[in-house]
Amino acid sequence: MGAFAYVAPSNLEEALAVLKEHASAGTRAQLLAGGTDLLVQLRSADKTPRTIVDIKKIAETNRIDIGSEEVYIGSAIPSAVLNENTELAALFPGLLEAADLIGSTQIQGRATVGGNLCNASPAGDSIPAMIAAGGVCVIVGAKGTRELPVEDFLTGVGKNALEPGELLLGLKFKRPGPRTADAYLRFIPRTEMDIAVAGCGVSVTLDQNGTCTAARVAIGAVAPTALLVPAAAEALLGSKLDDDALTAAGAACTAASSPISDKRGTVEYRRKVVAVLCRRAAAIARDRAKG
Amino acid sequence: MAEAVDYKVIGTSPVRPDGVDKVTGRAQYGADMNLPNMIYGKVLRSPHAHARIKSVDLSKALAMPGVYAAVSGADFPQAQHGEIGGEGGGDVADLAKNIMARDKVLYHGHAVAAVAARSVQLAEAALEAIDVSYEPLPPVLDLDAAMAVDATLLDENCFTKNLPEKPDKPSNIAAVMQLARGDVEAGFADADVIVEGEYRIPMAHQGYIEPHACTASVNEGGQATVWCCTQGHFEFRAMASKVLNMNIADLKFIASEIGGGFGGKTVLYLEPLAILLSQKSHRPVKMTMTREEVFRATGPTSGTHCKVKVGAKKDGTLTAATAWLAYEAGAFAGAPMGPGAMSIFAPYRLDNFHIEALDVLVNKPKVAAYRAPGAPQSMHAMECALDDLARELGMDPIDLRMKNAAEEGTQAPYGPKFPAIGFKACLEAAKQHPHYTRPIPEGAGRGVAAGFWFNVGMQSSAEVHINENGTVTVVEGNPDIGGSRASMCLMAAETLGVTYEQVRTLIGDTESTGFSNVTGGSRTTFATGMAVVQACEDIIAQCKARAAATWGVDEDQVEWEDGQAVPAPGVNADVKPLSLADIAANAARTGGPLLGRASLNAQGAGASFAVNIADVKVDRDTGKVDVLSYTAIQDAGKAIHPAYVEGQMQGGAAQGIGWALNEEYIFNTDGVMENAGFLDYRIPVASDLPMIDTQIIEVPNPSHPYGVRGVGETPIVAPLAVIANAVRAATGLRINDLPFSPPRVLEALDNA
Repeated sequence: MGAFAYVAPSNLEEALAVLKEHASAGTRAQLLAGGTDLLVQLRSADKTPRTIVDIKKIAETNRIDIGSEEVYIGSAIPSAVLNENTELAALFPGLLEAADLIGSTQIQGRATVGGNLCNASPAGDSIPAMIAAGGVCVIVGAKGTRELPVEDFLTGVGKNALEPGELLLGLKFKRPGPRTADAYLRFIPRTEMDIAVAGCGVSVTLDQNGTCTAARVAIGAVAPTALLVPAAAEALLGSKLDDDALTAAGAACTAASSPISDKRGTVEYRRKVVAVLCRRAAAIARDRAKG
Repeated sequence: MAEAVDYKVIGTSPVRPDGVDKVTGRAQYGADMNLPNMIYGKVLRSPHAHARIKSVDLSKALAMPGVYAAVSGADFPQAQHGEIGGEGGGDVADLAKNIMARDKVLYHGHAVAAVAARSVQLAEAALEAIDVSYEPLPPVLDLDAAMAVDATLLDENCFTKNLPEKPDKPSNIAAVMQLARGDVEAGFADADVIVEGEYRIPMAHQGYIEPHACTASVNEGGQATVWCCTQGHFEFRAMASKVLNMNIADLKFIASEIGGGFGGKTVLYLEPLAILLSQKSHRPVKMTMTREEVFRATGPTSGTHCKVKVGAKKDGTLTAATAWLAYEAGAFAGAPMGPGAMSIFAPYRLDNFHIEALDVLVNKPKVAAYRAPGAPQSMHAMECALDDLARELGMDPIDLRMKNAAEEGTQAPYGPKFPAIGFKACLEAAKQHPHYTRPIPEGAGRGVAAGFWFNVGMQSSAEVHINENGTVTVVEGNPDIGGSRASMCLMAAETLGVTYEQVRTLIGDTESTGFSNVTGGSRTTFATGMAVVQACEDIIAQCKARAAATWGVDEDQVEWEDGQAVPAPGVNADVKPLSLADIAANAARTGGPLLGRASLNAQGAGASFAVNIADVKVDRDTGKVDVLSYTAIQDAGKAIHPAYVEGQMQGGAAQGIGWALNEEYIFNTDGVMENAGFLDYRIPVASDLPMIDTQIIEVPNPSHPYGVRGVGETPIVAPLAVIANAVRAATGLRINDLPFSPPRVLEALDNA
């Protein structure tokens, strides 16, 4: 493990000051929320000295606001806290089931969806679910606050859109209207404690006849970043989310994917399975939306 | 011969004496020994799977402040050839070169140097300062390619052993063996149905949770004390003595508690390095492996390529069988091809068979024993073929096995005739088991297969001390892997006629108790148990003598009943029975403390058979196999501690299911293992498995005073074929190669 310094600013101003200092000096600062990815990375070959900036003590990263229009989840909220929030579970069952898949019960006491997003692993479970739910990143830096849809926040494997001096404060979602629901599924060879071979998040809105009037589909672990798949949403729109529509959406996910072969799965396998996950997640979201 | 007896304590399942310390974290494992002035050793490992070492320069590392010692192959005595017996044995020179490479590195992760420094971080930094110059060679990674005539050679001096004539060219095939009986051609000609199959299984690791760890301290007189996690400290001492050319009397090995071994901790890796580093630094040296090192450089079991052909009459009678079994040895000879060959047909009466097995060098870690070494792979092939045969014959798979089952008097393929064995009893129990008689769940498939392991006896010693108040201390020399302390306590209590709570068992170090072979081969409860029983019988004889002297009668006028000396029937003596406590309290006046001893080379380890049943469901869209229910039925001879016997059966099933479904070494084309961690080397997690149901069958082993058969290894043998046969039933597809990872299963489904 390489040498590192640790700071835990108690408010946003202090945090931004520390980040600015490092940004201008060109030294390395790394954000820590739950730390479940960072602590593992600290043990890797990269021993470059760094300052770890713990953002857990900042009020804005630790807040959940469930408003009539908007829902805000602070970036340092652990999965375990999310999953015990029954109101959120009713609004975003898919997002919460994704958060519930990260690591183990013990890990979820620390792991955050904000951290999962910033770590930008192609296989991060909460990311496709956030994209499907229409998540928007609230980013703060010296120049103020900016917002960016989650799908635009990811810039590559392990890379995100944060500029030096910036941090992710939280995630904003439009509060889902009636007959709207989401779902997330991933595939792993085990039942838990594993990394997605493929993942798919789906959010749908139905009218009173059960026809799909809005949809978002996002896929994970099948491209350098999690992707929004507009073509899959197109396939669902206007349909009753019957088998044909689900199959077409699945095929769109396969078409949008560009996976690699590795120890966790082959290109061919991932392309097939992402379609299966899309079909199944969309069916779950549909059934949830119907109530 | 053990009769069906009502035992008082044997057959109960009390809490293990070491349990509280283990669940509260007090127990001392391999990495828990800390000494004053202790420093930390780390190993530099080869980045190549196959290369010649041109030079190793330790000088820069040694010059670093806080670095106290560094060693490479040149610091070891010349490795002499010669056999070391036992499960972790083999050729001494190979063992030595595996511990520290000399002229060549033979797998990625092979040790090339080691350092000891003030901290682990400093030791790691020192490793980076070691200059090693390599001449890379092409790695030999494929089992079949390794056997090709023009294959790159791992060892230019390796000439295939056991051929009729010494070959004139070296080869990667280190040895072959043949087993044959009868007339195979005639047998197949006699068959109405013949099935054939070809099966490949990649390397798999034992997956013990505790990484290898040791601490060594060498004094200025050259005497070394080593604390380590091991399945056999006496054999570690013997191996270390040979590898380091040290006097056995100068080596003391103390076994820690052990966090899993499964055969893999019968092999010496770190201990000689720690001793050498301690010698050079004059400080105690602790060494612990990372998980990654455990995967890359310690004991996997062989990857295999097996072919089997079985012929039968319409009524199911087997007429002939052949097997060709190729085992990866890894970097040095010593794959478990022998036991693999000897076990493949062992459960069956078979007049005509031929088996050829091969021990093949490849540039992968040297294989080590893993629970029933060699048998899971070979028997997977046979048990899959039998399943196919049952289908072709339209027979129930248990009936087919019953029709051909070995029993008392059947000549085993490896020579001797079986004494009383429990295979038929296991098959009968399986046929009647509620798991087998209930309907198969919708969309699922059910598989069955048999398992077998020889079990071994070997050498054990035991002492029994009677404390002043009549409580009992048993001292023996086998590290407790699976609850053996509790079993020893139970057997001692039963023999002496006292309660379980009055007996404590401890594991002595190499200086404080007599020699015992490793805890391996499912031998401990059988052989060491036998020594404990004999040592207790020694105590009883002494107690009778003391009582006789006290009462003024002859020794043969005293009997031992329910934990006390009583006058024999018909002896006219008006005396009160003397309990163990009475005799102990009076010991000073009757000849001093009571100490019983026994040492033996146990013969007649009874083979243990098993039949397992599984229901699985296959997700046809993703290829994922879910095990819905699993039942393990096994002959334990006599279950001394039934709960721990069940634990062995469940643990073996869990490991076998993991091996069948997801566990495999994945190497890239350079021979680098790509999944050297528990994230991607997928042993099952608890939620992956159903409750594993167990049924213990008890056909007593005539060679053990309480009828014990070893139970530790058989449980892992059947699961591979059970899962394969269940998937066959669920999908209609015979998938020959393991593991049944989702991509492999989906590909088979999509290609069908």
